[in-house]
Amino acid sequence: MNNILIAGVGGQGTILAGRILAAVILEAGYDLKVSELHGMAQRGGSVVTQARWGERVFSPIVARGEADVILAFEKLEALRWLPWLRPGGQMLVNDQRIDPMPVVTGAAAYPEDIPALLMAADAAVTVCDGYALARRSGSPKAVNMVLLGLLSRHLEFPAAAWEDAIRQAGPEKYLPANLAAFRLGSAEQ
Amino acid sequence: MKQLMTGNEAVARGAWEAGVRVVSAYPGTPSTEITENAARYAEIYAEWSPNEKVALEVGIGASVAGGRALTAMKHVGVNVAADPLFTVAYTGVTGGLVLVSADDPGMHSSQNEQDNRHFGRAAKIPVLEPSDSQEAKDFTVAAFSLSEEYDTPVMLRITTRVAHSRSLVELGPRSERPLPPYVKDARKYVMIPAYARPRHAAVEARLTALRELAETTPLNRVEWGDKSVGIVTGGIAYQYVKETQPGASVLKLGLAFPLPRRKITEFAHSVERLYVAEELEDFWEGYLRAWGLPVRGKEIFPWTGELQPETVASALAAETDRPSSPPAPRPAAAADPPARPPVLCPGCPHRGLFYVLSKMRLTVAGDIGCYTLGCLEPLNALDTTICMGASIGAAIGMEKTRGPEFAQKLVAVIGDSTFIHSGITGLIDAVYNKTQTTLLILDNRTTGMTGHQDNPVTGRTLQGEKYREIDLTQLCRAVGVDRVTTVDPFDLKLMEQTLRAELAAAEPSVIIARRKCALIDREAARPPLAVDRDKCTGCFRCMRLGCPCLSRQEKKAVIAGQCVGCGLCSQVCVPGAIVSAGEAGETL
Repeated sequence: MNNILIAGVGGQGTILAGRILAAVILEAGYDLKVSELHGMAQRGGSVVTQARWGERVFSPIVARGEADVILAFEKLEALRWLPWLRPGGQMLVNDQRIDPMPVVTGAAAYPEDIPALLMAADAAVTVCDGYALARRSGSPKAVNMVLLGLLSRHLEFPAAAWEDAIRQAGPEKYLPANLAAFRLGSAEQ
Repeated sequence: MKQLMTGNEAVARGAWEAGVRVVSAYPGTPSTEITENAARYAEIYAEWSPNEKVALEVGIGASVAGGRALTAMKHVGVNVAADPLFTVAYTGVTGGLVLVSADDPGMHSSQNEQDNRHFGRAAKIPVLEPSDSQEAKDFTVAAFSLSEEYDTPVMLRITTRVAHSRSLVELGPRSERPLPPYVKDARKYVMIPAYARPRHAAVEARLTALRELAETTPLNRVEWGDKSVGIVTGGIAYQYVKETQPGASVLKLGLAFPLPRRKITEFAHSVERLYVAEELEDFWEGYLRAWGLPVRGKEIFPWTGELQPETVASALAAETDRPSSPPAPRPAAAADPPARPPVLCPGCPHRGLFYVLSKMRLTVAGDIGCYTLGCLEPLNALDTTICMGASIGAAIGMEKTRGPEFAQKLVAVIGDSTFIHSGITGLIDAVYNKTQTTLLILDNRTTGMTGHQDNPVTGRTLQGEKYREIDLTQLCRAVGVDRVTTVDPFDLKLMEQTLRAELAAAEPSVIIARRKCALIDREAARPPLAVDRDKCTGCFRCMRLGCPCLSRQEKKAVIAGQCVGCGLCSQVCVPGAIVSAGEAGETL
């Protein structure tokens, strides 16, 4: 059984990333369940897409301590979902900070140095500046494609399958930018 | 060819395959996408009704006229539709009639987490409960056959996890069902006491027949495994049981009501230890206990919230020798990270209004919609939120209890769609019973919270066809409100002035705060703003707006993210430090 979480903040493009991942998994012939809660997706709340695949999948949600990979579009969300990572799992973190309202109002503090906190919990952590890479690819808005590229390095699926899925997911005019961003992300160490 | 579908897409597909002609609904998470998807099939007439009661009545009419009909709503919508539901349970159907109740355990986007299996039992109609998208489609088709065969409306109960999870579905063709000739049958459909009494007897006979069906239907199945543990389960809980208890014996109830007593008793006697794993209420467990079966359920499973695979695993691991399959959760690296509650969007027309209400320290009777988010810090502007349409009645009750002076600091706040849903009757009460209610209708030209559905105020149908707009001003005047004004909620000064004038008036008044939702208003995009750091004094008055684009940096305010230039922060900024991004000399 394979378990992945894509965590982020409403409006960051996690849902589209989850759809592309799902298409890639299906193409490989697995049974698949994807769970996403999108009622608040445009309201800046925490959002997560959960994907589970294998021979036969029952639960559509990942249990704590079961995720093989967590792809976090934002640092605080990485910390929030850390307890879902399995021992030895991969935490892929976009180096972006988005203050939640309790931080904006001063009621809470944004934790300092989240990558260090993640590493202290013995997670295999990769931090990626998705925005810088997206800019470098010529499309600053394609951060989600950069991060999908990063994710693709940790999964078994061929690059062609990812690129086909990206081709089918979005409008033609964004395709070159999206593919460039994905390729840059997948080349990131 | 299998297709990846949400439970909601699968319900819509099932309705199409079952030859459904009419789908009616009021939007509500997690049910909304059923109707949006049904509307994509050319053979189906689909509509947004003004509320769930009307939606079900439309479904009933379609059924009486001989067509198959599906009506969808969230769990609390069934409360609104309960009146027709309890009587259509007596009349039965001509064309199959299915009511989808989309429950929200865990309250992802709801005001309560009631378990609507209770409604099925109370109305004495069968309840089907799928566990994934394939079943959501298959059970929808089965529900229509059951409805016609047993002359009963059928409830299809789904939950958020089933509605919003994607899994593979085998598609089938549509079975066309020609309309039978229309036959008037007053004894069946006119529920005067003389005709209703025999119908009640028919309901009881029907329930007896359905109990027999429950014993043999493939909707209920035993999956034998190791007989040391037997688990009665259904819905999403079935998936968590299968995931975490491989090899246990399972009795899966796809027909959640009525129950197969003989089948369950036989199962209970075949296993050493018997459990019921169900989300929320002890609906099934209560029957097993009444039948004297030695069962454990709510001693180990929670009464509240969504089940999780790990809750099922750890509850049963503590009971049995079976290892709990997922490893124990690891402690987080730090103390609980700060929560990230949803917020009003950048450019939201509700923000400025709540800022003014909060500043004026008014008592605010709130309602259901995006604007319920106005209750959160820093706006902290709501005193009550109960249910759809409750704001006006609640304000009237407050005024009648505490008197006219209290009412001068009291407003009711309701959205355009919610006002049409069930606010109008409250406003009629405000006029009829001589109140001085001040009502704010937040008219953002859409049903925002559920994802921008049209409604009678926008005058566009579910298919996007422009027809007649309901004119809110005329409507309020027609029920007897003389003082009706319309204000742009971005104009904070005018809003405050208008509020002061209307609160002072000793009669009911309505202020329509009209501005399009920022997410649909493409014309309104203005250049982003920025803070001139030299002018910013760090007073953080702007932070009281609760805008997600504003944050603190080195004791100054900064604007980042998706600023759409609504200008509220520059209106409240005393030193005038917030200007358009170019003028501030900053790059964003």
